[in-house]
Amino acid sequence: MRLSRRERLTGRAFLVALALITLLPFVSMLSAALQPRGTVPTGLAWPADPQWSNFVDAFTVANMAALLRSSLFITVGVVPVSVAIATMAGFGLGHLRVPGGRIAFGLLLIGLTLPFEAVVTPIYYQMRDLGLLNTRWAIVLPLIGLYMPFAVFWMRAHFTNVPQELSDAARVDGSTTWQLFWRVHVPLARPAIASLTILLFLWTWNQFLLAIVLVDDATERTMAGALGAFQGQWGTDQVLLCAGSLLILTPTLVVFLIFQRHFISALLQGSLKG
Amino acid sequence: MTRAARWSGWLYVLPALAMYAIFVLRPLGLTFQYSLYHWNGIGVARWAGLDNYLTVFTDGDLLKIIGNAFVLIIFFSFIPVGLGLLVASLVRRASGGPFGTVVRTILFLPQVIPLVAAGIAWSWLLSSNGVINQLLRAVGLGGWARAWLGEFDTALPSVGMIGAWVLLGLCTILLVTGMSKIDPALYEAARIDGAGPIREFLAVTLPSLRREIGVCLTVTVIAALASFDIVYIATAGGPGLQTTVPGLEIYRLAFAQRQVGLASALAIVLMVLVLVCVLPIQRLTRGDKA
Repeated sequence: MRLSRRERLTGRAFLVALALITLLPFVSMLSAALQPRGTVPTGLAWPADPQWSNFVDAFTVANMAALLRSSLFITVGVVPVSVAIATMAGFGLGHLRVPGGRIAFGLLLIGLTLPFEAVVTPIYYQMRDLGLLNTRWAIVLPLIGLYMPFAVFWMRAHFTNVPQELSDAARVDGSTTWQLFWRVHVPLARPAIASLTILLFLWTWNQFLLAIVLVDDATERTMAGALGAFQGQWGTDQVLLCAGSLLILTPTLVVFLIFQRHFISALLQGSLKG
Repeated sequence: MTRAARWSGWLYVLPALAMYAIFVLRPLGLTFQYSLYHWNGIGVARWAGLDNYLTVFTDGDLLKIIGNAFVLIIFFSFIPVGLGLLVASLVRRASGGPFGTVVRTILFLPQVIPLVAAGIAWSWLLSSNGVINQLLRAVGLGGWARAWLGEFDTALPSVGMIGAWVLLGLCTILLVTGMSKIDPALYEAARIDGAGPIREFLAVTLPSLRREIGVCLTVTVIAALASFDIVYIATAGGPGLQTTVPGLEIYRLAFAQRQVGLASALAIVLMVLVLVCVLPIQRLTRGDKA
């Protein structure tokens, strides 16, 4: 396609401008985080004497070690189980085509656009009755259920496209359904499973509403929930708030930069299908 | 496959369905049930019939709150999709090479960080000493400088801009990616027919990107109507009710004011509003495939 040089350059200029706008908040937070404690920072000013020690302070004050442990616990509780049962359900609905599967799928579709706010109140009372309020389980269990519509939808879409002949061949060899699932279909579904894992990891790590409603103690929450508590406590100390926020963001950013390609394709596919 | 084998397939579906039933369907049913009662969360519930719904649709404050969510759509949806389309039609082809990778990675950052972080960062940028005011002063518009999130007239648009910042990258990349799949011959043909850039956009770009636009609108409209995190962090709904949105009001009514019935009615209304807005978008943009 022929595009004039000028058009191409304007396009690029726009992209660069967008990228700069995207980066601006991070840079501004960094500049504030490096000012001396107790001063009132201005938007964007490189400090004469950058106070990197603010990050050390924030690490202690925010109790980062405990926060990381908590988020990891929640993620490990939610993601593998969700991926496993969603993969099985996607296989059952998309490939085995169980009788009445359409009804089950229809029920799941109701949840696809459901705002979490619509169910958070009953979940609160449910968790209270189970005696799980203020424990991480109060976040873990509902999240697994809340992820099912998207996760099953996602895995079903994959399994619907796998040719039936593949299973027929394996059946002739005398495989049971489980062997068929585990040895033939799961290995083939690996890319879909990987993307789903990435998406659920992000959503869990960043889950805020359930964390603030169901758990009071910030060190028992997700990273996003902890960040909310940190802002509540240190909101007036702009320097420390910026240092702490950047610190709390670091694990996500590191993981994102390492798996950047996978994250982007997962997010793109995720929104295209969702 | 035998009949028994097909039925045994339910064993694969059941765990997922059970978790869904326990933690989504049952709560959803309960939300609906609560919505028909006056209940403070502790004492005995009193039957209310449709009273709570009546309140949602007649109370001036609640209507304003629902209206705020619709105002946010302008910022969360129209700005990112509009700008994204503009950039996509200028760039045309997703750039490969290091330039493309770097730009994509940066534009995706807001999708990766929690919305809470976006809220904290922008509260700082939009504060009196923040970068936005600093920039305004630098270009001689110091008179415009203000505490953007604290003033009555600017609070809601400022919250909206935070959402726009979060969603801009995702929309742009979705649209640019969709753009690179369009057959270049269509543009050649349009140019030969003497179409200007605007005709070209209307006749080729817009129809070809229907699906991607649909996706962007769906994602962003849900994000606007069901917004919570950003508002909670950036303004807590203030000043007054200027930036209160349904999600925040549900949280407040249910857990601070102990009006569980009214909170639940608002929750059901919010759920229905999301469906009413999203279903037509889906129908319009994927009609041929469903």
